[in-house]
Amino acid sequence: MSSNPHPSTGNALLEVSGLSMRFGGLLAVDNIAFTVNRDEVFAIIGPNGAGKTTVFNCVGGFYKPTSGRIHMDDQDISGLPSHKMAGYGLVRTFQNVRLFKQLTVLENLMVAQHTQVSTGLLPGLFKTPGYLRAEKEARERAAQWLDFMGLREFSNREAGNLAYGHQRRLEIARCMITKPRLLMLDEPAAGLNPQEKIDLQGMIDRLRREFGVAVLLIEHDMSLIMGISDRILVMEHGRAITTGTPAEVRSDERVIKAYLGED
Amino acid sequence: MANNLKFAFIAALLTAVIVMPVFGLQLVRQGARTLLEPNFQYVLIAMGVVFVGQLCRPWLALPFKALRRGLPVLPSAPTGGNKLIIFLFVAAAVIWPFFGTRSAVDIATLVAIYVMLALGLNIVVGFAGLLDLGFVGFYAVGAYTYALMYQYMDAGFWVALPVAGMMAALFGFLLGFPVLRLRGDYLAIVTLGFGEIIRLLLINLNQYTGGPDGISGIPKPTVFGMEMTRRASEEGAQTFHQFMGWTFQNQHMVIYLYLVALAFALVTLFVSTRLIRMPVGRAWEALREDEIACRSLGLNPTRIKLSAFTLGAMFAGFGGAFFAARQGLVNPESFTFIESALILAIVVLGGMGSQVGVILAAIIVTVVPELAREFAEYRMLVFGLVMVLMMVWRPQGLLPMQRPHVELEK
Repeated sequence: MSSNPHPSTGNALLEVSGLSMRFGGLLAVDNIAFTVNRDEVFAIIGPNGAGKTTVFNCVGGFYKPTSGRIHMDDQDISGLPSHKMAGYGLVRTFQNVRLFKQLTVLENLMVAQHTQVSTGLLPGLFKTPGYLRAEKEARERAAQWLDFMGLREFSNREAGNLAYGHQRRLEIARCMITKPRLLMLDEPAAGLNPQEKIDLQGMIDRLRREFGVAVLLIEHDMSLIMGISDRILVMEHGRAITTGTPAEVRSDERVIKAYLGED
Repeated sequence: MANNLKFAFIAALLTAVIVMPVFGLQLVRQGARTLLEPNFQYVLIAMGVVFVGQLCRPWLALPFKALRRGLPVLPSAPTGGNKLIIFLFVAAAVIWPFFGTRSAVDIATLVAIYVMLALGLNIVVGFAGLLDLGFVGFYAVGAYTYALMYQYMDAGFWVALPVAGMMAALFGFLLGFPVLRLRGDYLAIVTLGFGEIIRLLLINLNQYTGGPDGISGIPKPTVFGMEMTRRASEEGAQTFHQFMGWTFQNQHMVIYLYLVALAFALVTLFVSTRLIRMPVGRAWEALREDEIACRSLGLNPTRIKLSAFTLGAMFAGFGGAFFAARQGLVNPESFTFIESALILAIVVLGGMGSQVGVILAAIIVTVVPELAREFAEYRMLVFGLVMVLMMVWRPQGLLPMQRPHVELEK
């Protein structure tokens, strides 16, 4: 695990422009544009139903946006199917954790390396030295991530039986093992206790510093957001209210109005 | 108590309604005429039994509760497997037919075929979680591939075998495409339809498949090119017993077929055991657990589903070719839905995804009806009862799949 495997060329990693998503009569996302830079933690906040998760689903390829462009490292990835996104270094977690529940913790991490290991049938059937080596390396990478997340003792446990906080961490490990350049976290602090939230903040910080991964996150927990984000996009009713540093956002009147209502 | 009486009364009435057409009215033939003869004492007996049974139900349930607690807890299927034990099992399976009776070896051959089919279906249903009710269609494709290749090209079993496997795999692949978007119940219905389509095609493509009569006279497998018959079909060719200097015995053929089937079953077991620990197998299981998470990690669900369908179907194709060779005759009647249901029942009974469980279930489902031939009429009834009891007692199957335990090196 070398630090920052993707040396930066330009500064912008993910560029979203003019993104709109319409469900029938509902314009869930209306002309959103933002840029996530390399090594940056970029947060999207907003009241419930503001369209944050819809933006996520569009960027992650789960929805085909009605209009708008998404560029990853200057490559146009708008409208690509979701399973192609990981190939561009873009992986996500889910609001309600989506682990492979009946698989063990270790197997969850092995599956995630699917695109990196050889998937041919014959080498595996005959256990060629190359196949065995690849599997061993995959296990070692998994072990490293288990250590990083403090989950090694649970490696043979079924993922569905883990404590909730551990499941959250495993899901992030499962993303990180695909060697992403942009990690998308959908409400990573939901359901965590105060101590776990502090740990999460430290972990996101480490991921960015040690692995050079940019983070795009949706979150409701303000102390986490303000403590960790470089820039914040505030959404309401599918539209962007403002984008800025935590200090700017905190003092922005429109944001206060959106959260506290008009007086 | 009054409530109990009421329930018992209603139950007795319902019993009367159900039992009446079956036992109450009997068709009796008198010469050329058929008479409908009422026969009410059976109905009354049934009503009485149900009435009393319902009344005493609270007390009747007591021993069952005790039984449920008292039933032994079956272990999970072993994962690693002791090499010595496996070797002994295989050795025993190879040696015993030389001392067994002809009918026993015949049944064992049938068991081996079902083991192979069930292990194939286990890939689709157990590993990848795609409910396939038309599995017998691929079995039919394999069987007819060999039958047709024999009829039109005079191909032998060993030549036709790989082709049969490939044809079935091709059909699995083709079926995979339209059902890619479907899951669960919808998938089950489409695959069910597919199985029936194959059977109807075989019936209606009269000019090629012989329609309902099927194709007969299909030769048995040869041993390194030598036939295992009393006389060689071609003038001057050597048969196996001549080559070995034995006198001809039918039993040799029976044992040979068994050994071939056993080899097939073992190969299927070996391959599917390896597959499930390989990246492709892990991807199948991941897909079963959560398709959306799979996508987000860059796994292509299309390829994963197609590979499961294709590989599962391939084993059915091999099984089909062997079936054709063993029977010497194929017709569409062998490939009805009930066959699919039986194979699926084996997989569910054994424990979805569990290889050892599936093998055990295949043995039970095949051998028990043969041993209890006098109860053949009640076969389906008992079968249903067993399934219901299993779902109550052990819904995860006889020997449920156990996750592999991997010690990580520091």
